[in-house]
Amino acid sequence: MSDRIEFDNVSKFYGEVLGINRVTLSLPPGITSLVGPNGSGKTTLMNLMTGLIQPTKGTLSVMGLQPSQADEFFRMIGYCTQFDSFPRGITGWDFVYDSLMLHGMTQKQASDLTSEALTRVDLGQAAHRQVAGYSKGMRQKVRLAQAIAHHPTVLVLDEPLNGLDPMARAESIALFQELGKQGMHVVISSHILEEVDRISDRVVLMTGGYVIAEGNIHQVRQEVREKPMQILVRCARPELLASRIFELDHCVEARLHADGAGVFLRTQDVDQFYILLNKIVTDGLVQIEAVTPADDDANAIYQYLIGSDGGQS
Amino acid sequence: MTSTKGKSLLDQPWRLWFTQLRAMVRIVNSRNLFTWRGAWVYFLAFAPTFIIFIHAVASSRLRHGDTIDTDTKVLAGIFQFYYLRLGIFFGTLGIFARLIRGEMVERSLHYYLRSPVRREVLLLGKFIAGAVRSLVLFESAVFISFVLIYMRFGEAGRQYVLDGPGLSQLFSYLLVTALACFGYGAIFLLFSMLMKNPAPAALLFMGWEVISSVLPALLQRFSVAAYLKHLMPVSVPAEGIFALLTVNTEPIPAWLAMLGALLLTLAVLIVSCWKMRTLEISYTTE
Repeated sequence: MSDRIEFDNVSKFYGEVLGINRVTLSLPPGITSLVGPNGSGKTTLMNLMTGLIQPTKGTLSVMGLQPSQADEFFRMIGYCTQFDSFPRGITGWDFVYDSLMLHGMTQKQASDLTSEALTRVDLGQAAHRQVAGYSKGMRQKVRLAQAIAHHPTVLVLDEPLNGLDPMARAESIALFQELGKQGMHVVISSHILEEVDRISDRVVLMTGGYVIAEGNIHQVRQEVREKPMQILVRCARPELLASRIFELDHCVEARLHADGAGVFLRTQDVDQFYILLNKIVTDGLVQIEAVTPADDDANAIYQYLIGSDGGQS
Repeated sequence: MTSTKGKSLLDQPWRLWFTQLRAMVRIVNSRNLFTWRGAWVYFLAFAPTFIIFIHAVASSRLRHGDTIDTDTKVLAGIFQFYYLRLGIFFGTLGIFARLIRGEMVERSLHYYLRSPVRREVLLLGKFIAGAVRSLVLFESAVFISFVLIYMRFGEAGRQYVLDGPGLSQLFSYLLVTALACFGYGAIFLLFSMLMKNPAPAALLFMGWEVISSVLPALLQRFSVAAYLKHLMPVSVPAEGIFALLTVNTEPIPAWLAMLGALLLTLAVLIVSCWKMRTLEISYTTE
């Protein structure tokens, strides 16, 4: 059996409105982030891979199974949607417990797993309160608990960090990382790019219903060759380094760091840049403390490829 | 041929489906069986019962002209003109149309759709849950109304029910109530999947039900009322506008009418299952 989530030339149209178009993807286990502005097709992609909607064209499979094989397919998937809605009058406990009972479990099994999931998201104390009285963060957590309660192998999370306070956000991220390390598929869509960047094994960048880049975040950045890469060089005499680099006619932009102890340099050819930098160092012109890519993250790639910050605050 | 087909059917996880069906019915009913939002359905079911109760209390002494025969006809009229045409009709509309469409409006249907349950099992679970709720309400309302009607007559009423035709009439009323709940319930469940607001279609269907008695025999097969009228234990003399609300079709055996109503329900449920299989969530358009 395949261990991948596969999309083969999948398109989805809502009447005449495009959801996604000709998407071909093969996602291995680990944490995958879907990044794109509103209306880019992230939720459509997630709804397709969780079987809530069917493709207009193309085929998809998750771990070798198709949504039509409901008994096995949905047992394998946990989906935390972005809809902040619950059945009326339900408690957190019942919300998770009822979903497990629909799996065909015994009351004991469902009860044990409910308790485990609610404890895992730190909602044990509030379990028997009505969800309507929960804060937004608690509602987000209880949806997450329901998504992970049956121990799925694929966990799909649509904007899972929305509404969480910094502590809860950090805990959730730690949980996602833990699940990813356990060999699980964790597919996350988020606008909080720094966090996506920190936890993702790979990103899928989307806009207008198309996948425009996919892969390891650093590989994706390397592929965006037409955009000069920005590098932060920490050194004692940054203005000297900048002038030397410009003399060699290599950089297209240099900007001093606000603290005066470094310079941001933009280069079209990063490999050649590092060779030159080594030469300057060996010549003894400046003493360099650190060299780090300054735009080798999801946010920068996102801006280069999509041309906006995706609503990031 | 038979063995292959039979084997594949036997291979299906029937036990799992039954467990899931039971869980589904429990979940839906625990959320919907007794709620303030559904108070108007309780009113629809028990309004005549309450009036009969008031009447029984207020006129506990029998007056001249009060006979069992008269009250039997009154009960038949209440059942045919009120329960069948209005109470059960609109009650099942409220109960069954909410099962799918209501969850779409509240954006909670996806919790069911992404559970590892076959869509057909989900649909049947919803239908059975709705049927249980409507049966509990309307069967008990009809039963209590029946008891209250004959209780006034004391020993004569008791004899009419236990030694006379009363018990079989009660059984017929309960049977017709159940078949009406199943038939209308299945149709309104389907309506709720086909359209955002099933109320206009339900009103059109009500018109269809009213005129079904004057339609050709072939078309009457698509009417719930046309089957149920053959199972009525007491005929109601109707004149004027009320004549449209009563049935004057060719009599058919009770078992055939019952079978017809059940087959119509089954056919609608099969169409609903097909629709459920292809149902997609698009909350943004709801």
